[in-house]
Amino acid sequence: MIDIRLRKRRGEFALDVAFHLAGPGVVALFGRSGCGKTTIIDLIAGLLAPDDGSVHLDEAVLYDARRAINVAAERRRIGYVFQDSRLFPHMNVLRNLRYGEERTPGEQHVGFDEVIALLGLTHLLRRRPHELSGGERQRVALGRALLSHPRLLLLDEPLASLDLARREELLPYLERLRDRLSIPIVYVSHQFEEVLRLATHVVLLQGGAVVAQGDVVSVSLTPELRAIVGSEALGAVLEGDIEAVDATSGLARLRVGRGTLNVQADGLAVGRRLRVQLLARDLILAVQPPRGLSVRNCLEGKILRMTPEEAGAELVEIDVGGATVMAKVTANASTELALAVGRHVWVLVKSVALRGHVYPATAMRHATAGPEVASASRRVAREVGAWNP
Amino acid sequence: MLTFAEWDALRLSLSVVLRSVVLSLPFAVAIAWVLARRRFPGRTLFDAFVHLPLVLPPVVVGYLLLVLFGSRGPLGALLERTFGLQLVFTANGAALATAVMSFPIMVRAMRVSLEGVDRGLEDAARTLGAGPLDRFWSITLPLMMPGVLAGLVTAFAAGLGEFGAVITFASNIPGETRTLPLALYTALQTPNGESEAARLALISFSLGLVGLLLSELLARRLRRRLGP
Repeated sequence: MIDIRLRKRRGEFALDVAFHLAGPGVVALFGRSGCGKTTIIDLIAGLLAPDDGSVHLDEAVLYDARRAINVAAERRRIGYVFQDSRLFPHMNVLRNLRYGEERTPGEQHVGFDEVIALLGLTHLLRRRPHELSGGERQRVALGRALLSHPRLLLLDEPLASLDLARREELLPYLERLRDRLSIPIVYVSHQFEEVLRLATHVVLLQGGAVVAQGDVVSVSLTPELRAIVGSEALGAVLEGDIEAVDATSGLARLRVGRGTLNVQADGLAVGRRLRVQLLARDLILAVQPPRGLSVRNCLEGKILRMTPEEAGAELVEIDVGGATVMAKVTANASTELALAVGRHVWVLVKSVALRGHVYPATAMRHATAGPEVASASRRVAREVGAWNP
Repeated sequence: MLTFAEWDALRLSLSVVLRSVVLSLPFAVAIAWVLARRRFPGRTLFDAFVHLPLVLPPVVVGYLLLVLFGSRGPLGALLERTFGLQLVFTANGAALATAVMSFPIMVRAMRVSLEGVDRGLEDAARTLGAGPLDRFWSITLPLMMPGVLAGLVTAFAAGLGEFGAVITFASNIPGETRTLPLALYTALQTPNGESEAARLALISFSLGLVGLLLSELLARRLRRRLGP
């Protein structure tokens, strides 16, 4: 459990945030640069002193302004992975990894060998930080933080300094961490794709304040997210369980609300939960049941809301039976089809449009997240992009 | 090749300078840390005070040391009473005068190096459970080591040449306080001492050169260890 309430003034900038995570999982702090994300985790770690508020971690009180409690950063047992890794340049990888471990005796919830295996560090142990690639450096930093046996892990845009290929290389490791270890994670990012892949709870930040928060599905529908990511990257997130897998085409049938979606996600087992983002610009609306089309996915629903967008476009939210999707249509089309709230519509989406937007959802709901989960996520990662084994 | 008196001056010089750098090392590290990391009222004044020996005539420093550490000076009397340590006219006194004169050089090198240490690394050590002293020994000190070594070597080389403060405070006693520059000065004052003076000058020259080369070599090795 983590419960955070923080206030901090720095010159003109005022930070005032609160969020809560009941169990293990990933809280994503999402917002543009300068919205106070890094300040928040510096405050949680104890590297900065808040003006007011409290930091609770399970039953421990790490900071409470009213009770004048302020545990020193070195005694908080909070792991921190910095954007720039901050490996100690005068030590090799092994000594970097052992640094935190030696200073937190007694508490052993993750073993050294386990961490090394999880992060693929075995062949790097004798190297020095300057001999590592950016991705390797971040993996070592992750391992070093994990081995200090933290009660909470803070990740400050761990992928920001990496190129696209390195990002794809590191993401599966982060997914494995989330699924295998029961350590809550606070993940700072300004890439919504990372949030989509990793988060169980999203906190949207703007100018030092929380503008929206909740699970990924509900946050994906908020106008506040639209304001941050822009309408091009806008799209409802859906979660559904795999009902069936077609072995020849590799298409998995996903139950979404009252309908189903066919997504490219070969190698995944029936029953696995997936998270899919349907970009608003990829969706097509029909006012009659469509016939004779190559489109594989058709969801039936009712228009919930219509919001005018910039440049003669309209954003249409459709209830597809227990789930909501968003489609962007031109104002002309909207008038021609007489789209209106309450109107019955069919939502069409090409399976290929979903490539790259399908992720294994967090394994939290599945009590046993064994090796099967990790390998499944790896397979999806391969499908999604450039995973280098 | 060298006369007994010349060997004596060389041996004495090395011993005096060694004592002087060993004496000033811990203080120099501490003061470099205070100047680089602490903000307090009067810091600028303190900084100026530390650098004073660089701009004062060495004779003035020697004179001040006499006032403070002379047999009747407040500190001198205290040291003599409690430890039986006499500084005036002794090699230890010469070491003290040398230490004071080369102190700013040592502090400066260490401070520059310390200011280059990424404080983010210390923050990282903090989140990994390292307290303040632990952080200093395990992160800060090893990372400022090039500066510590550079400070040591330059102070050593500069200390070999210290003249004014030593002769004022510790006098010019053969075998006790007559270091290389003092021996050289004495030789110049002696009729037919030119060849001896030349040899002493050559020794000083070689020592300085070896010292500086050694420091560069060490710095290079350390830099390679720390990576680009």
